[in-house]
Amino acid sequence: MATSRRRNNITGVLFLLPNLVLLMALTLFPVLYAFYLGFFQWDIISEPVFVGLENYLRLARSERFWQVLFNTVYYTVGTVPLQLFVALIIAVLLNQGIRGKTAYRMVFFLPVVTSWVAVALLFRWLYNPDFGLINYVLSFVGIPPLPWLSSPGMAMPAVILTNVWKSMGYFAVIFLAGLQGVPQEMLESASIDGAGPFRRFINITLPMLTPTLFFVIIISIIQSFQVFEQVLVMTEGGPMDATNVLVLHIYDNAFRWFRMGYAVSMAWTLFVVIFVLTLLQMKFQNRWVFYR
Amino acid sequence: MAQRFERSENRAAMTIGYFLKSKRRYEILTKLATHVLLLLGAMTVFLPFFWMVSTSFKGLSEVFLFPPQWFPEQILFTNYQQVLRTFPFFRFFLNSTFVSVTVAFGVIASCALGAYSFARIQFWGRDVLFLLFLGTMMIPGQVTMIPVFIWMRELGWINTYQALIFPQIQAATPFGTFLLRQFFMTLPDSYEEAAILDGANRLQIFWTIFLPLSKPALATLGMFSFMGSWNNLLWPLIMINSQRLMTLPLGLQTLQGQYTVQWNLLMAGTVLAVLPVLLCYFLAQRYFVEGITLSGIKG
Repeated sequence: MATSRRRNNITGVLFLLPNLVLLMALTLFPVLYAFYLGFFQWDIISEPVFVGLENYLRLARSERFWQVLFNTVYYTVGTVPLQLFVALIIAVLLNQGIRGKTAYRMVFFLPVVTSWVAVALLFRWLYNPDFGLINYVLSFVGIPPLPWLSSPGMAMPAVILTNVWKSMGYFAVIFLAGLQGVPQEMLESASIDGAGPFRRFINITLPMLTPTLFFVIIISIIQSFQVFEQVLVMTEGGPMDATNVLVLHIYDNAFRWFRMGYAVSMAWTLFVVIFVLTLLQMKFQNRWVFYR
Repeated sequence: MAQRFERSENRAAMTIGYFLKSKRRYEILTKLATHVLLLLGAMTVFLPFFWMVSTSFKGLSEVFLFPPQWFPEQILFTNYQQVLRTFPFFRFFLNSTFVSVTVAFGVIASCALGAYSFARIQFWGRDVLFLLFLGTMMIPGQVTMIPVFIWMRELGWINTYQALIFPQIQAATPFGTFLLRQFFMTLPDSYEEAAILDGANRLQIFWTIFLPLSKPALATLGMFSFMGSWNNLLWPLIMINSQRLMTLPLGLQTLQGQYTVQWNLLMAGTVLAVLPVLLCYFLAQRYFVEGITLSGIKG
């Protein structure tokens, strides 16, 4: 018996070996190192200098950091409700038992498969103020040419809209799976009781969908706080820092200006923000999420 | 009915009322409205792709026209030739393929082995270790990115394939292990017991029973990690600066630096960069949708 338990200990660890090596080398050790680095000023070339909490204090004092944090929140607040609303509409429409559902789903999923670099580059062209397709299409409904990415006021909305275009298919597919879990008998009996399609949606479908919705809100907020590639390709954070977001600022600090300690302290801040937001949502979920 | 329509407005109103009330017609109308809305949405998705292809065939003078032309006057392949002359897209494609396929297989291998251990072997400290695994999924990649970069630099791994491959395997491993462990837990014990009676060891059980039974789950996980790596810009951006080792997204990003406003060339490059994955998507749509939506379960 004792030998078999020892044997289990050995085989158990052997099976986990690749996993454990990767975890220690590329997650656990880096996390500890990142914590340590946060207390140093280091440009990667010269000797690291211990500065205590200075990186974090500098962060709190930096106007640029607060601007960047504000932009990230702005992006999140703009993106999450809009993209989920659009995705929900698409999912509801696809769920009407219509013909060609697979074909529609295939089209809506196209941008999801395409890389962010390609999408961002393409949208830079579409948003071109002078020769862009978007301004041309808008001219049909009498909207004068808009400056989009070249204006500090419009650049962030333009980035947000691009994100909605790219991600709506992804969230629509998740919503669609949730919608298919709504029991058909329930909808039918409500229909017999005289509830119209709108009331059926509000009183049955939506409550039944709240677990999916809860989960999708959590991941889309996490994703939004980590926005990076689209901003890097489309605006590089400009014009005048109008689209500069947290991860881009971390990237700039670490890999352009080689302020390793400062960049790490910002990454920890991002972690704390995401962690607290997720925790808050978990805490308040029983107020609105309906589990059968 | 058309005649009655003409005779009096009152009648017409009644007819429309009747038309709307009749259940079948109501259904037809909603179907029609649904299709109209979906077609509008599909157009919004499709038009940018069309514009990308159309621009890629235009001459530069045609690119800078307002109002823009929907179709190129003459289909020019010179843009593609010029882009291919200055940028080794085929090389980028091979790099992307090599890195992503290796990452996908690496993720499958490490996750399946680890998940089997977590699901089926009673060893000391297993549950604590599993909790630790779940905990690491909370840490965003930005925290570990800088230390990993520093470490790779010390190892002299900047501008190597392994610097792209290993961190990307680890990025998907805790989640994949968790996912496969949940799947392995659902498999009945009886299969294994029979195999143990036949004298099979753990590795044989894993290889001949668990792996074949979980093929669809492994394929989905593989697709998920393949796509994650294929479209990733951040890691190549940090780890690679030699053109020989660039992946498609990084190659495209540097192309943008080269041809700032030559949109016909840039779009030709974009078409070349997205073509392989879109072709695969058309061929194996279901696996793509399943594989990518998996990240939604990650949370």
